Amino acid sequence: MPVNSGTEATAGTAAEAETDSEAPALGLLALFWVVFERDLRVGLRRWTDASNSALFFVLVVTLFPLALSPRAEVLRTIAPGVLWIAALLATLLSLHLLFRADLEDGTLEQLLTLPYPLGWMLLAKTSAHWIITGIPLVVMAPILAITYHLPANALGVLTFSLLLGTPTLSLLGSIGAALTAGLRGAGVLLAFIVAPLMLPVLILGARATDLALAGADPTGPLYLLSALLVLAVSLVPVVAAGAIRVSAD
Amino acid sequence: MLAGAGLTLWRGTTRLFEALSFVLPSGAALLIEGPNGAGKTTLLRVIAGLTMPESGSITWRGSALTKQLQAGRLRLVFSGHALGLKSELSTRENLRFFARLAGLPARVSEILEAAGLSGCADLDVRLLSAGQKRRAALARVLLSDADLWLLDEPQTHLDTAGRQYLEEAIQGHLGRGGTVVVAAHQPLNFGSAAVTRLMLGDA
Amino acid sequence: MWTWFYRLASPPHFYFLAGKLSSWLLIPAIILVVIGTWGGLVLAPPDYQQGDAFRIIYVHVPSAYLSMMVYVTMALAGAIGLIWRIKLAHAVAASCAPIGASFTFAALVTGAVWGKPMWGTYWEWDPRLTSELILLFLYFGYMGLRGAFEDINQADRASAILAIAGVVNVPIIHFSVIWWASLHQGPTLSKLEVPSISGDMLWPLLTMILAFTLFFLGILAMRVRGEVLEREFQARWAQDVLRGASPMSAN
Repeated sequence: MPVNSGTEATAGTAAEAETDSEAPALGLLALFWVVFERDLRVGLRRWTDASNSALFFVLVVTLFPLALSPRAEVLRTIAPGVLWIAALLATLLSLHLLFRADLEDGTLEQLLTLPYPLGWMLLAKTSAHWIITGIPLVVMAPILAITYHLPANALGVLTFSLLLGTPTLSLLGSIGAALTAGLRGAGVLLAFIVAPLMLPVLILGARATDLALAGADPTGPLYLLSALLVLAVSLVPVVAAGAIRVSAD
Repeated sequence: MLAGAGLTLWRGTTRLFEALSFVLPSGAALLIEGPNGAGKTTLLRVIAGLTMPESGSITWRGSALTKQLQAGRLRLVFSGHALGLKSELSTRENLRFFARLAGLPARVSEILEAAGLSGCADLDVRLLSAGQKRRAALARVLLSDADLWLLDEPQTHLDTAGRQYLEEAIQGHLGRGGTVVVAAHQPLNFGSAAVTRLMLGDA
Repeated sequence: MWTWFYRLASPPHFYFLAGKLSSWLLIPAIILVVIGTWGGLVLAPPDYQQGDAFRIIYVHVPSAYLSMMVYVTMALAGAIGLIWRIKLAHAVAASCAPIGASFTFAALVTGAVWGKPMWGTYWEWDPRLTSELILLFLYFGYMGLRGAFEDINQADRASAILAIAGVVNVPIIHFSVIWWASLHQGPTLSKLEVPSISGDMLWPLLTMILAFTLFFLGILAMRVRGEVLEREFQARWAQDVLRGASPMSAN
């Protein structure tokens, strides 16, 4: 049963004399699932690519004690910031997986010639991307945070803040990925464009963990993180769709 | 009925075409010819709505093509140089994706059979030969159940049997009242359908 | 009235109009700068708290204000170019970027110069300066993205999207930076406060802001002319201009 929301007026305009007007074959939910499932499948088959960013995450986290100090008091203080920075950098590194290959093998163009809302389909793609690249970060972070002597309550908040924040990072990153999809060697440019947009998420996430560490109440920043996520989910797809159309030109 | 009016497009400092117009009724084919770099692919992409021209419009049955597309009054399929298939998935998985998008029951097996790909249907696309990949791309076109076919150099890498399959598919589509636009620099047999030829790249 | 608008959006008309306009903008700008500087450096009394150090605001505040205003202009021009497909709007956006980046840089440098007598160091992670720094990154990202595209149409549209995304984010970024700074404020950290302003101090500041704005518009007009000429160089009118066959407007 086709759902009309999101797609422009299909059989609604009675003024049209066209007889073969059809509603698109798939409803929005089914469409999301079809695109999501394929991207998930492809991403899992290319799991070595996805694991690169996860390994990078571990690498960055390892570098700080080596460069600064392995003392517990020091590590505990820098842990929220370090883990969040590492998560942001790992996300930046994984963004090229979103659209570049699809642009090159022609599958992105196929989405553009469908009667379905592009933003919605891109949201499905970004969700699949987050499952593959973001969830490993959320899972590994508490484990790595233990090596930074972060106490249990802060661990929980750190994980939760990453759970709320990494999807937003993926979404914001998808704008940069969409803008630079057709450009050669645009890795650093992508990071540069997107990092300022990600700053609020970084600040809120690290701060929430800091508050928990100090024994204070972290719910304020956590609420704001959720608000940013909701904002990103509603606004980013439209922007990314526009950007994709430019890149596919 | 497909129509293009006053299409102008520049690529950098080269004028690819200017004030280009054409009309194509249903059941007819448009053949875009010209040397390499003349803009055949670009024109095809303009018709598909992927590339924006400087000026001019593409209409389907009198209304803007992109509007008709979004409103579900037109189904088109674009087959370009790139295959439009994920190389990490098998042909069957790729086709199943397109079948679901078109909301069609899985006619995948019969299409695979007709395209001569049943044997390698479950191999990853990256393992197929160039000719098999082309057939897979063509299978996708057939699966789409589209009214308008936009094909860019569809005969590349096809052997004689493959080319015959392609020509039969095109003729069948035209016979059912579909419309085909092909960019090619090799001759194609369109059967008894009306063919308009558009030559690009002339001074 | 719309014909005037359409005329304005036509490159050759704009080219000649902007030529006349830029001198009408730049001359008053220079005059106002002189007046404002005199008012600020000489006439205004020293602040009882900051002494003479506060006088840097006469350059710092207008620069910071312009850095933001230019970004908004850039995003607006990009949006107009995207929505109504007006090429000139994209040319305006492209011309804004280096000007805005320069203002941002000036704001940062004057902020650092101000910081030395205030904090004892050239840099503190003050929320306003940090926001300006992020704004500088946004400008660089914009210019970098523009330069990365071979096709000018793609460059125009992509950078317009980026500018719009940036403009939406700037308030969010600004608030999170302020919030972050408020959490880490130590007793030694004082914000760059424009001192509670009396009339003598205020009018030079407003004069300078106006002067900088006129300067921006004048320079923008000149840059857009160059941009338009470069983009349309194959058109007849542009060829005429380049060969000097058409009378060029004054300045």
